[in-house]
Amino acid sequence: MSLEANVRLTLGALDLDIELSVDEAEVVALLGPNGAGKTTLLRAVAGLVPLTSGYVKLDGRVLEDAASGKYVPTERRSIGVVFQDYLLFPHLSVLANVAFGMRSRGMPSHEAAEKAAQWLDRVGLSAYVQDKPDALSGGQRQRVALARALAPDPRLLLLDEPLAALDVTTRAEVRRDLKRHLTTFPGLRLVVTHDPLEAAMLADRLVVMENGRLVQTGTPAEVTERPRSQYVADLVGVNLLRGQADHGSVRISDDSVIAAAAAESGDVFAVIHPRAVALHLRRPEGSPRNAWPGRVSGVEMLGGRVRVRVEGDVPLVAEVTPAAISDMQVAEGGEVWVSFKSTDVGVYPA
Amino acid sequence: MRRERVPIAVGILAASGAAFFILPLLGLIVRSPWGDAIKALTAPDTVEALKLSLVASLSATVIALVFGVPLAWVFARVEFRGRNLLRALTTLPMVLPPVVGGIALLLAFGRRGLVGSWLDSTFGITLPFTTAGVVMAETFVAMPFLIITVEAGLRSMDRRYEEAARTLGAKRWTVFTRVTLPLIGPSLFAGAVLCWARALGEFGATITFAGNFPGVTQTMPLAVYLLLGTDHEASYILSLVLLVISLGVLVALRHRWLGSA
Amino acid sequence: MRLRVLSLLVSPAFLAACGSGGTIQGSNLSDYASVFAAASLTDSFKALGSAFQTAHPGITVQFNFAGTPTLVTQIEQGAAADVFASADTTNMDKLKADGFTSANSQVFAHNKLEIVVGAGNPKHITGLADLAKPGVIYITEAATVPAGKYALQSLASAGVKVTPKSLETDVKSVVSKIELGEADAGIVYVTDVKAAGSTVAGVPIPDSVNVIATYPIVAIKGTPNLDVADTFIAYVLSADGQAMLQSFGFLPAS
Repeated sequence: MSLEANVRLTLGALDLDIELSVDEAEVVALLGPNGAGKTTLLRAVAGLVPLTSGYVKLDGRVLEDAASGKYVPTERRSIGVVFQDYLLFPHLSVLANVAFGMRSRGMPSHEAAEKAAQWLDRVGLSAYVQDKPDALSGGQRQRVALARALAPDPRLLLLDEPLAALDVTTRAEVRRDLKRHLTTFPGLRLVVTHDPLEAAMLADRLVVMENGRLVQTGTPAEVTERPRSQYVADLVGVNLLRGQADHGSVRISDDSVIAAAAAESGDVFAVIHPRAVALHLRRPEGSPRNAWPGRVSGVEMLGGRVRVRVEGDVPLVAEVTPAAISDMQVAEGGEVWVSFKSTDVGVYPA
Repeated sequence: MRRERVPIAVGILAASGAAFFILPLLGLIVRSPWGDAIKALTAPDTVEALKLSLVASLSATVIALVFGVPLAWVFARVEFRGRNLLRALTTLPMVLPPVVGGIALLLAFGRRGLVGSWLDSTFGITLPFTTAGVVMAETFVAMPFLIITVEAGLRSMDRRYEEAARTLGAKRWTVFTRVTLPLIGPSLFAGAVLCWARALGEFGATITFAGNFPGVTQTMPLAVYLLLGTDHEASYILSLVLLVISLGVLVALRHRWLGSA
Repeated sequence: MRLRVLSLLVSPAFLAACGSGGTIQGSNLSDYASVFAAASLTDSFKALGSAFQTAHPGITVQFNFAGTPTLVTQIEQGAAADVFASADTTNMDKLKADGFTSANSQVFAHNKLEIVVGAGNPKHITGLADLAKPGVIYITEAATVPAGKYALQSLASAGVKVTPKSLETDVKSVVSKIELGEADAGIVYVTDVKAAGSTVAGVPIPDSVNVIATYPIVAIKGTPNLDVADTFIAYVLSADGQAMLQSFGFLPAS
């Protein structure tokens, strides 16, 4: 039993064309930069944006099929949505908000109220049952939104940036609770986020999107180890190069070839961790095979380490200690040499 | 909060503008014979006119709500050919001389009117010279205020709340009644009050379409106009009553719903 | 910017606009008069005005027609009127008592009442008694308007009890509601029925129960246009003026 979606549509500048499936066994996170089309994809699954072509199927039942014109309206889809800014009804009490879905689906009011109260108890908000949403803190509102989405027992739970509106201190706590609810939820789960940490912590599988297209999918470990786009490489903080492999070397461009201890051949990605990149003031002795001169284009502190961006034939980021920086007197615009060992290059097919 | 400094020219023009509105009110207050106020207000014709005014203007407001809110919804949410023209037509009475509105109503709903002749021949219903005619004239002139206020409210509301309701399984009517209407509550209230205040002050369309007879079609503004010819002082008092009611409504409205500075 | 705004405030046009008490005034004060006349005089006075202007080239007469009590209110509130032509003596007496008239008023015409009905008299009204027939929508003027007061007197002397559907503010709105077919019958002046032409018909009221309306005219006290005002009044009372009024259905002044 699963969600299967093949969504193609254009909306303003966005051109969305992506295939997505979600199984019962996994929590899937849609990860991508702003404007990648994550939220639009989620809204398409919910039936709030029409497809130009493609389909959405839930447990084999067609919810929308552009070819046949079939469309099950949003209100008749078994979904629960947690919106980015929650969209709790400001004129209704917290209890009425949570009971709303059950009432809409025809449950008698006393029964809906009882179930809503149970849900609020479960998210630790029994004390706020009669309050209006604007009396609650951000974290509390998020939990009401979650309870409201879960209360009608939807088959598919959609969360759009569920933690984005929270401040950093609340976020960790709410994320833990969210993780627990996601784990115990018996249906299908899809989370949209632009935060890789959040994605890695909440989801079993990441679906990385850029410009309306799927760029990579896999477990958080797979995606971090083998990034397949500059966006993911930047998120993970590694150097990603692409080139043609040929028995122990990878040609990045006409002028530059790097040595790599790998047996791959053909179109490949090469990943080098910044900590494996060394900086030198002069051409390194012993002339290692992977050494280039370059110009420092950026220096930034990052948790006790310093990241130095070097432009050259092969642009690279090196991560060194602050002590090394002051010894070498590296500054923006300065000339340096970079080097790394061929055994520190990870190579995998593109 | 720091006070904004007012440029002198702006200050003078603004003060003149304000005086233009305040002086007529002052004139009424100064010239009203306060000693006879109770007598003027309790005169049977006045009481009757006031009662009729209240009944008619409130009925007009209810009718405007029943038909105006759906109309505003259509204008705000449905794209169709001729929408702008239709919207212009439904708000026309705001700028039309009310007497012209009254004549137009006669030509449509009068005894010989397009619809009126059929109403008369089929049901024996005639609207001119009846309280129903007064309500119609007031609705015609006042409903546009409700329509534009509610439409503005609908346009400025965050429609994603409606989407949220739909994801929770709410059907269109439920979304409309349980989410849309409460969310535009302030606009709805403001529109209804403006509509009521306009209906209360209606004169031209009423006297043209419904005529003038005490207890049936003679509302306060009509009574004021007729008293002007015989008993100036009494007409001043009644004018003040109308003015105070309207002013109270507008002040309360600003406080309650539009937020006060 | 500020200077320009101030100069606008003191500009001659602005001051002139402030000074002209609500009606149009000619620039040369000696060749102009503003005549405030009862609504029932609308058509006859317009014709009379053109004839007067032809007889006195260079003199302009401007009319303001409204219900007689409205005119009295306007004059008492300072409207720039030079001549007042009333549809009854009561309102004229009131204006005189309040000190707004320059001399004694002079009667320039009489009028009498008639029943106005739709063209072809569809409800077969033959007299005042028929106004009370079931199914007849009867309207009249408010009692504050001279015609309304006379109508009440006439009905009383005929012994007819009838409740009108509406008390209109002037004779013209009674006639137009008959024309539109909203009402079946009303009581107005003979002159109004005549003026409306073939769109309505008149049913005479016998002299025994009719009321003769008296139209007095007067110059307003303190007017700078007294000469023109008097000239106009004299013209109204002249043989030419009288003939003109009678062609509109008015009865002679004496």
